[in-house]
Amino acid sequence: MNSIREAFQNGKAFIPFITCGDPTLETTKKLAIAMEEAGADIIELGIPFSDPTAEGPVIQDANIRALSNHITTDDIFAMVADLRKEVKVPLVFMTYANVVFSYGTEKFASECKRIGICGLILADVPFEEKKEFSSVCDKYGVDLISMIAPTSNDRIAVIAREAKGFLYCVSSLGVTGIRTDITTDVGAMISNAKKNTDIPCAIGFGISTPEQATEMASKSDGIIVGSAIVKICAKYGENCVPYVAEFVKTMKKAIS
Amino acid sequence: MNTNGRYGIHGGQYIPETLMNAVMELDAAYRKFKDDPDFNRELTDLFNNYAGRPSRLYYAEHVTKDLGGAQIFLKREDLNHTGAHKINNVLGQMLLAKHMGKTRVIAETGAGQHGVATATVAAMMGMECEVFMGREDCERQALNVYRMRLLGAKVHPVDTGTATLKDAVSATFREWTTRIADTHYVLGSVMGPAPFPEIVRDFQAVISKEIKQQLHDLCGKLPDAVIACVGGGSNAIGSFYNFINDPSVRLIGCEAAGRGIDTNETAATISTGKLGIFHGMKSYFCQDEYGQIAPVYSISAGLDYPGIGPEHAYLHDIGRAEYVAITDDEAVEAFEYLSRTEGIIPAIESAHAVSYAMKIAPKMSKDQIIVITISGRGDKDVAAIARYKGENLYE
Ligand SMILES: Cc1ncc(COP(=O)(O)O)c(C=O)c1O
Repeated sequence: MNSIREAFQNGKAFIPFITCGDPTLETTKKLAIAMEEAGADIIELGIPFSDPTAEGPVIQDANIRALSNHITTDDIFAMVADLRKEVKVPLVFMTYANVVFSYGTEKFASECKRIGICGLILADVPFEEKKEFSSVCDKYGVDLISMIAPTSNDRIAVIAREAKGFLYCVSSLGVTGIRTDITTDVGAMISNAKKNTDIPCAIGFGISTPEQATEMASKSDGIIVGSAIVKICAKYGENCVPYVAEFVKTMKKAIS
Repeated sequence: MNTNGRYGIHGGQYIPETLMNAVMELDAAYRKFKDDPDFNRELTDLFNNYAGRPSRLYYAEHVTKDLGGAQIFLKREDLNHTGAHKINNVLGQMLLAKHMGKTRVIAETGAGQHGVATATVAAMMGMECEVFMGREDCERQALNVYRMRLLGAKVHPVDTGTATLKDAVSATFREWTTRIADTHYVLGSVMGPAPFPEIVRDFQAVISKEIKQQLHDLCGKLPDAVIACVGGGSNAIGSFYNFINDPSVRLIGCEAAGRGIDTNETAATISTGKLGIFHGMKSYFCQDEYGQIAPVYSISAGLDYPGIGPEHAYLHDIGRAEYVAITDDEAVEAFEYLSRTEGIIPAIESAHAVSYAMKIAPKMSKDQIIVITISGRGDKDVAAIARYKGENLYE
């Protein structure tokens, strides 16, 4: 298994996001394998939550599809343990505080280590609350990934200084979802962060076209694409794998 | 009790980074204005001349006689402008928002009372107002939807999840992340990330401040019990707050048991929930074993919430307040009882508190005193209760 740092060493990193169990865990596994083949450098796996408050409609619906199949955190751990045998790229989980807290943060982090998850993104855990989770994650070698947003301003320095794995730069105000325009000066956010950390910075939220990918990658070390991929999953269901792979290939090419 | 937005282990600020500066800005503004004499003079003026405070503390003689035990006093928050306690918090927060230079407010609403209060004050202060309300609640409380529109607010029905209060809260948080600079989120209960639970409590604490004074003037003593219904918990914490350091006063919060705490159709958080993190706070939540938030149910749209404010969770932990669960049937019975016996139609939310008083008053002695907070008036519920009783009545 490669490390997060290594994943940023062959050019700009492409980081796709999918929701586990959308629509089945078997599809999730096939998708991850196909996305690695298509050039993904890190794969972000969403653990569904009933009330994903940082998500726009596309990913909200993916959470509902997954949960309506009664997919649990334990089912996802079992799938990832299997998947780990077949993919080399780093895998990170993205979810909400309650999913981890209710499972038992210690138990959750130790499962992550056991199945080979190397990072964790918690959309509703800001810098002020991170210690409760990072102190446990650190013990098991799981990086709790920090986020900076267009509203972070003078918080960027403090957040970046303690960031681990990679720094997740939120491109725009609002929730996840496809945007036609990204108007934030992400370049300035990232150069501010870079003064305070030497870990890679990846931009996420709103990126859906190769043109946006090229532009955002030019300002950062990598890009994260969620809603655009989940939209393909929604359209094709269990048959989405080749379509997603094609999209990943196009996006990876756009940043290479 | 309350440092860094924590109440024991509860509270905190579990929100996306995008919103952190917004709540920090709110916190700074609140510290600045909280004890500012001009701000407080303005707020008192609005309380008294716009909302109609102080609200009456009414001796319910007929209920007292009928129950045959403790003397029953009703704290009449239902007599406030817009018909519920919600206006206290809305006036406070919106005055603060105005001082912060905000020109637009957004709010969630369950029963519609908080939405109506927000739309009302927005009309009066000349602010833009958008309210998020679960589609299910829009249907249950159709009159309040029209009322908000009449007041100039835009109402967004929310279709996600269970299409009730928790989904309305999520939708309002989402909206806030898209537009922060000119917008204040007027949260309607003692919940969410710090400093909301503290701010809302402080603006609602006027309820217990008045009860204490009024009862002192009437009887020269403290109540033996204060009873209030609990959704997020704002009218309850407002009713409790100035009695927390008076250990002789029992503080009793009434949660909605819905069809019963041994069914899935309940919203009784303390009785059936467990510790979790949601909507910005650590507290007790109705949830499954994997932390998925439960689709809760109550006849009362205002109590239909899967969580409880962090200060209540703390008062429960330390045993300072008691939390009991009241079923739909019991609440409806109390709704009818207070209407018939005292000529006061309470909100179905408040009827949960009335119901518990009906249980304990007969067992108490005649020199003991119970104060029940009537958090709102029941006009909004009449049609729904008629339907519950099998009548074919639509507004
Ligand atoms: C009349 C009334 N009482 C009580 C509540 C519950 O809110 P809280 O627990 O914050 O007082 C509501 C909420 O809509 C309400 O309208």
